[in-house]
Amino acid sequence: MTDVTPADAPVPMRDADRSTAWRGTAAVLRRVGLDGRSLVIAIPFVWLFVFFLIPFLVVAKLSLSEPAIAIPPYLPIWEWDGLRLILNLNFENFAYLWSDALYVNAYVFSIRVAFVSALFALLIGYPMAYFIARSPEPRRTLLLTLVILPFWTSFLLRVYAWQGFLRSNGVINNFLIWTGIIDTPLVMLQTNFAVYLGIVYTYLPFMILPLYANLVKLEESLLEASSDLGGRPLATFFHVTLPLSTPGIIAGFMLVFIPAIGEFVIPELLGGPDTLMIGRVLWHEFFSNRDWPVASAVAIAMLVVLVVPIMILRAAQAKAEAD
Amino acid sequence: MRAGTVLLIFTILGFVFLYAPILSLIVFSFNESQLVTVWGGFSTKWYSALLEDPQILGSAWISLQVATISATFAVMFGTLAAYVLMRFRRFRTRAVLSVMITAPLVMPEVITGLSLLLLFVSMEQLIGWPAGRGMTTIIIAHITFSMAFVAVVVQSRLSSLDMSLEEAAMDLGARPVRVFFDVTIPVIAPALVAGWLLAFTLSLDDLVVASFVTGPGASTLPMVIFSKVRLGLSPEVNALATIIIAIVAFGVGVATWQMRRAARNAG
Amino acid sequence: MNQTVSVASTKPWIAGDAPPFVRIHKVSKKFGDFTAVDDVSLDIYKGELFCLLGGSGCGKSTLLRMLAGFETPTDGRIEIDGQDMAGIPPYGRPTNMMFQSYALFPHMTVENNVAYGLRRDGMGRAEAMERVSEMLRMVQLGGFAGRKPHQLSGGQRQRVALARSLIKRPKLLLLDEPLGALDKKLREETQFELIKIQESLGVTFIVVTHDQEEAMTLSTRIGVMNAGEIVQVGEPNEIYEHPSNRFVADFIGSVNMFEGRVTEDEPEYIKIDSAEAGGEIYVGHGVTCTLNQKLWYAVRPEKLRLSRERPAAASNAFPVYVEDVAYMGNSSIFQLKLPTGRYIRAAKPNLSRYDEDGITWHEDVWVSWDDTAGVVLTL
Repeated sequence: MTDVTPADAPVPMRDADRSTAWRGTAAVLRRVGLDGRSLVIAIPFVWLFVFFLIPFLVVAKLSLSEPAIAIPPYLPIWEWDGLRLILNLNFENFAYLWSDALYVNAYVFSIRVAFVSALFALLIGYPMAYFIARSPEPRRTLLLTLVILPFWTSFLLRVYAWQGFLRSNGVINNFLIWTGIIDTPLVMLQTNFAVYLGIVYTYLPFMILPLYANLVKLEESLLEASSDLGGRPLATFFHVTLPLSTPGIIAGFMLVFIPAIGEFVIPELLGGPDTLMIGRVLWHEFFSNRDWPVASAVAIAMLVVLVVPIMILRAAQAKAEAD
Repeated sequence: MRAGTVLLIFTILGFVFLYAPILSLIVFSFNESQLVTVWGGFSTKWYSALLEDPQILGSAWISLQVATISATFAVMFGTLAAYVLMRFRRFRTRAVLSVMITAPLVMPEVITGLSLLLLFVSMEQLIGWPAGRGMTTIIIAHITFSMAFVAVVVQSRLSSLDMSLEEAAMDLGARPVRVFFDVTIPVIAPALVAGWLLAFTLSLDDLVVASFVTGPGASTLPMVIFSKVRLGLSPEVNALATIIIAIVAFGVGVATWQMRRAARNAG
Repeated sequence: MNQTVSVASTKPWIAGDAPPFVRIHKVSKKFGDFTAVDDVSLDIYKGELFCLLGGSGCGKSTLLRMLAGFETPTDGRIEIDGQDMAGIPPYGRPTNMMFQSYALFPHMTVENNVAYGLRRDGMGRAEAMERVSEMLRMVQLGGFAGRKPHQLSGGQRQRVALARSLIKRPKLLLLDEPLGALDKKLREETQFELIKIQESLGVTFIVVTHDQEEAMTLSTRIGVMNAGEIVQVGEPNEIYEHPSNRFVADFIGSVNMFEGRVTEDEPEYIKIDSAEAGGEIYVGHGVTCTLNQKLWYAVRPEKLRLSRERPAAASNAFPVYVEDVAYMGNSSIFQLKLPTGRYIRAAKPNLSRYDEDGITWHEDVWVSWDDTAGVVLTL
């Protein structure tokens, strides 16, 4: 049967032709450096570059500015005078931070609080993670879900719940008075203690999960080998389990320590007027004092403090990835 | 006492610690008395009050919109970033991308919030966009830090993904883009869902960053809750908390049931 | 007069005067509904290299783990050197185990790995390290003390695992598929090294393996396991040439198995009529059976002879078609087809480097075997 397509009918583009045309365009683009791969890399890269990296440069620039009654409330750090570029870098903000004891104390206090809280989170979280990791299924998944569940409910609301617990007429005090253990309510809210408690409480899942991820990969045969060679359970823990869980410990510790330094909500809701953590300081500098340059300087100083812990975390993550 | 028993008791105490405040929120949401922590009888009046509060309802609506949009974009960008880092061996900007995708995980929110606000202000000065701050700027901010969390989830799934699936597809003639959509995405779909839910929760829950980058008229739910809670206890908030907890518990229950069913069908 | 060493003194299971070193008495292990080990009783003597041989899931590893103390028997008793092991945890038993995955501690050096057991017993660091160097020299890893496991090859890791498990001079060494991860050449070398070490140290070895060649090479005795039970215990040649049932005959080596009925039953011979073989099989010794009883005849490939003409004096001869010849280097395996359609295998050592006139593909030849070459099995 002969083909009866009229001679002047439009010839449909076959797949082979279509791909040739596409390949041609692609070849041109590739020569310019724009191949498929680069495009795919570019999408997240550009976004993060613009919305994560550049903001830090803006903060840095602002930390060198002078405050002013204006919108926005600062003076520009450069201006053109004809062909002359005048730079107005004001390092006063940093000097101010350094000289005023309030800021230095707040930094030191934040680091201390974050460190101690991370430590307590480790002491509470490690046994829990160990127990969950060594549990048989399906109990293991159930326990893991129970650990993650509070994380899905609002962080703000959970801190608020602690307010209710710790108040003078709160749940804990009511219970203690009702059972007669104490006569007058304990002052627990608006204290440093409440802040430690709040941080450990809200960041606990962040400690448990990396520890769990590490412990669950621990091979049973290593523990059996240790036992077979004469190691009692405690010896097996100290000589085998603990050393091998070090990457998980570091990762968990850093995941609590680093963000806790800059915490705002917990010291604001649970702490007292003198529980000055640096995150709170930054907030008030910005919103209450409307001093954007100083707030920026506080942020830069905070970043400098955090660089080393962040590098430690990345090293621990890289090691975990390699295993 | 055996080590196993000690661990069990410790773990139980740990879970009590974790859940006691949540349970108290729920219990006292039904409290007749205004004094949140003193029981005055059972009542659902706070729930009615909650549902008639325009501030809360309005901000909840805004938060839901922001969360949905930002979660969707966060999953797209985060998955791309994870894929790129896991599958492409070496490229020039690898180190920088790697740092940028992990730093938001631990960056204190005050810094993220401040830096983004300053960026938006500068951009407004330079190019006129974003014109004023509000939902758009909050969405942009949320996408930025959420995509880091999505990337972690997806990277973890990709690392345990058998490369031979993708290789088989390529061997059969599929180009990389096809492989990505035909093979990779469907196989890692549960991780994408988990990532979306994670990004959604982070967005819904964010107070600090939203406070910095928002503008007049765009108050998110956490901002409204915070202003109420700053002044002291508020039983309406308890009711809200209970509703949220119930939704979350329900969601997790459904997810677990789905996973069990899938496992049973596959096995 | 030649003084031959009495067989009995090197084979205590025959002599029967020494008590067994390891006594497994009616041991069972159930996991819920599943019975992994079913009423196993076994006696193993001091100085033996005993192999538990079986396919996956037969229960051999579970039995080994019960000896080590990682599982407790649901029923039965285990005694080592006369001591009941009930309630004794792994770190209290006079046994050491070499794990299939080696289970070397990845965060410790070779030295610290090997010294681990000694240190847990309270030995001082200096003394322990001295013992460690001695041990490392014995397994030929002299210069490797400072390396970490990930820096070693598979064979080297295996030797570290061996050193670590032997350094405490355990009464009983349990080995779980010790040579499974090694390539063929390395495996062969290591097999002989293992035997040498075992003999020089005088330690009793119990080895679990699924590799029958390995079991045959290493063992003083083999215990074949299937579905949680011991199906036969004996020296390698007993297991090979005198299997007690079809499972063992089939599991060890290759075998040609024919089903048939007894047609003649005399004190010096029996005849089996086999439809599968397509004729009568003559067995040149008496067998406890009855006329018309269904039983099986097993003959190994190397016992079969091939010839172009029908051999005149053979008691068992059948015409076959050579469908395939597999040249293995040291021998050739012939895939033969009987007129009934059944396939059998014959193995012939390649005795000469030149064999132009040898039997080859697509020939019609005759296969024959002696009247005592096969085994009659009733189970």
